[in-house]
Amino acid sequence: MAISRDEIFKKVRNVLMDALGVDEDEVTTGATLMGDLGAESIDFLDIVFRLEKTFGIKIPREELFPAENLLNNPQLINNGKLTAAGLTELRNRMPHTDLSEFEKDPNINKLGNLFTVNAIVNYIDIKSKNI
Amino acid sequence: MRWIWIDKFVEFQSGRQAVAIKNVTLAEEHLHDHFPDFPVMPECLMIEAMAQTAGILVGEAKKFQEKVILAKIKKCVFFDYVKPGDTIKLEAKIESIAPEAASTAGKITRGSTLIAEIDLMFSHIDQNLAGKKFPDENFVFTDTFKSLMMGIAD
Repeated sequence: MAISRDEIFKKVRNVLMDALGVDEDEVTTGATLMGDLGAESIDFLDIVFRLEKTFGIKIPREELFPAENLLNNPQLINNGKLTAAGLTELRNRMPHTDLSEFEKDPNINKLGNLFTVNAIVNYIDIKSKNI
Repeated sequence: MRWIWIDKFVEFQSGRQAVAIKNVTLAEEHLHDHFPDFPVMPECLMIEAMAQTAGILVGEAKKFQEKVILAKIKKCVFFDYVKPGDTIKLEAKIESIAPEAASTAGKITRGSTLIAEIDLMFSHIDQNLAGKKFPDENFVFTDTFKSLMMGIAD
């Protein structure tokens, strides 16, 4: 499937505008889904369903938004922060996400900031090349 | 008691789509005030009727084992009034269904007139992403509900 990043971004932007009721200019690549665009937990599932339809792909549970399983594993979390093993696990699970800023202070309360528009575009980009 | 706001299923394809009807009557007291001299079915109650039609469709797809809760109104557009004496038809289709949730697309018609388009999302709340726990008992699809369903399933 040959689809440019720009096309992916435009389609993702439409998905987010419809799912979250936000305006076009709010959906920038750096915008976070929860903080900037006001997404709640059910919205994540809505977004996954819409992405599957828009791009004709199957998105397995936790591939795009995999954080919650990490939180239940005491080996990966210590004192409210991800351990080294936790960070490695997160890197493996979220290859589509830039973790460099998060790694400086891997506080689990900041995990929400990782869910950005750009992370979704990266995910679709990687996924579409593997079809 | 269980508040059932649709009268009957006239079509039911498991996991795919359901069609229900509701007869609207001036015996519904809220219509006396909504509005004086102009009784029309409140739009929120049209959403409720669609939520019941689509919610039962989603629940049946998992054999009523999940607790199915209306989680989001994705889209809701109204095109015409519904008045006492009208019979409305509620058609719901499952668009996506996953272990955690389902999304449905629906429309309400009266005869050939389109009344509303209502798309919803339901959560299977025991599978919620936040990992919250709920009572074991299925308080959505209760015995009372199942008994009433016997009466409205065609």
